[in-house]
Amino acid sequence: MTVDLLAKYDPLIAEHAGLLATGIRDPFGIVMDEVLSPTQAIIKGKATILLGTYNYMGMTFDADVVAAGQAALRDYGAGTTGSRVLNGTYQTHKECEAALKDFYGMAHAMVFSTGYQANLGMVSTLAGKGDFIILDADSHASIYDGCKMSNADIVRFRHNDAADLEKRLKRLPADAGKLVVLEGVYSMLGDVAPLPELVAIAKAHGAMVLVDEAHGMGFFGAHGRGVYEEQGVADDVDFVVGTFSKSVGTVGGFCVSNHPRFEILRLVCRPYTFTASLPPAVVASAATSIRKLMTAHDKRARLWEATRRLHGGLKARGFRLATDTPESAIVSVLMPDQETTALMWSTLIDLGVYVNMSRPPATPAGVFLLRCSICALHSDEQIDTVLGRFEQAAQLCNLARNQAA
Amino acid sequence: MTDRAGVYARILELIEPLNARKVALGEHTSFAGDMEMDSLTVMDLVASMEDEWDIMIPLNMLPDLETIGQVADAVHGLVAKKG
Ligand SMILES: Cc1ncc(COP(=O)(O)O)c(C=O)c1O
Repeated sequence: MTVDLLAKYDPLIAEHAGLLATGIRDPFGIVMDEVLSPTQAIIKGKATILLGTYNYMGMTFDADVVAAGQAALRDYGAGTTGSRVLNGTYQTHKECEAALKDFYGMAHAMVFSTGYQANLGMVSTLAGKGDFIILDADSHASIYDGCKMSNADIVRFRHNDAADLEKRLKRLPADAGKLVVLEGVYSMLGDVAPLPELVAIAKAHGAMVLVDEAHGMGFFGAHGRGVYEEQGVADDVDFVVGTFSKSVGTVGGFCVSNHPRFEILRLVCRPYTFTASLPPAVVASAATSIRKLMTAHDKRARLWEATRRLHGGLKARGFRLATDTPESAIVSVLMPDQETTALMWSTLIDLGVYVNMSRPPATPAGVFLLRCSICALHSDEQIDTVLGRFEQAAQLCNLARNQAA
Repeated sequence: MTDRAGVYARILELIEPLNARKVALGEHTSFAGDMEMDSLTVMDLVASMEDEWDIMIPLNMLPDLETIGQVADAVHGLVAKKG
């Protein structure tokens, strides 16, 4: 007899089928038939405003970024067919790491094939048997998975709660190795971490600190390095992890650091070593994008302006938002339950607006969201169109809202 | 209340508000199977037990703690070790 290994997913299969049986579109099955720009695509023949792509700085179609990728594709071929530590490091990969070192003003940079792998690799390799990883409860899946892969003991503290972090650090042996893992921006609610408090407590208890700046790179801080720069804790952060799949506008992940022993990680970090490196076109595009982001002051200003317009407009229309003020370029609308979320999401897509639908376990327990991420290239007209369609969708779905202020 | 029976009784009290399916709780009741608790709820429950007894229950221990009885044993052991 063969046990069907997929049978354990029957409840989820039934739940998903039940959702689709209500006649809504599949929130996890969207296909972009054509992509017209960082803010517009054709989905099922309909021109759709993209408001859930993390393409914060709109670099995906930047002429220089595209040209750099094309030139590398032509000159170096379609792929490296090899690991970074064997045949998979080209001049393009070194130039990309040089761009990161310049962008962050740090001594070392390591490029991974995705941000997921960067977290998986860094977290699991830094902390070993007998060490402790202390992570925020709302950490990204890649951080949790890095914890699972490590042989360290894993301690979780309440989201963004400095007192809770301190209480848990106090329970750990003073002489044990400790890694505190934080994020600058938490991608579900779009809230920002109080890094000065958290980092000071971590340091006071002898921990090393890793900050994931996936959703902060490009537009927080004087150099766009992230929340840790904006909040002035750069000197106390040991490792910064990031991704090319958001502001940079392509794919890839990285870690930057000033740690003198950093380079050895290339040989011991399995998600770095045992996978093929990124194609030359991707790292060439990334390098060009990163260098342009260093001075993208106008775009940063525009991104914040568009974000305030969306946040303020939704609030004025009575939508319940995850943060009272716009803390990042993610604006999350709180929804009452899975059914209403799916119905609102589906209505919005029919009206030509794409946002992310998020539910547990990606979100904290009991939290359902329509998550909007803003792009510096969203025009005021597009934001106003989106606001009108949110209003329309809420009426069609009978969504309960706050009394307009 | 740091003896095994006291720990067990208090754990039942901590679980009760999270027992959405209202299953009867006993030594052999399992979190995932019987109570259908999701992993986030289990982690929050663990945090409340850590604070109750001022102990540390690392998340990597959780796969071995499937039932209420196993959790009570683990907590009792950690409390005893603390002295
Ligand atoms: C906080 C955070 N870290 C890491 C990642 C992983 O990035 P990537 O898409 O490059 O795998 C993401 C995005 O999914 C993220 O939101």
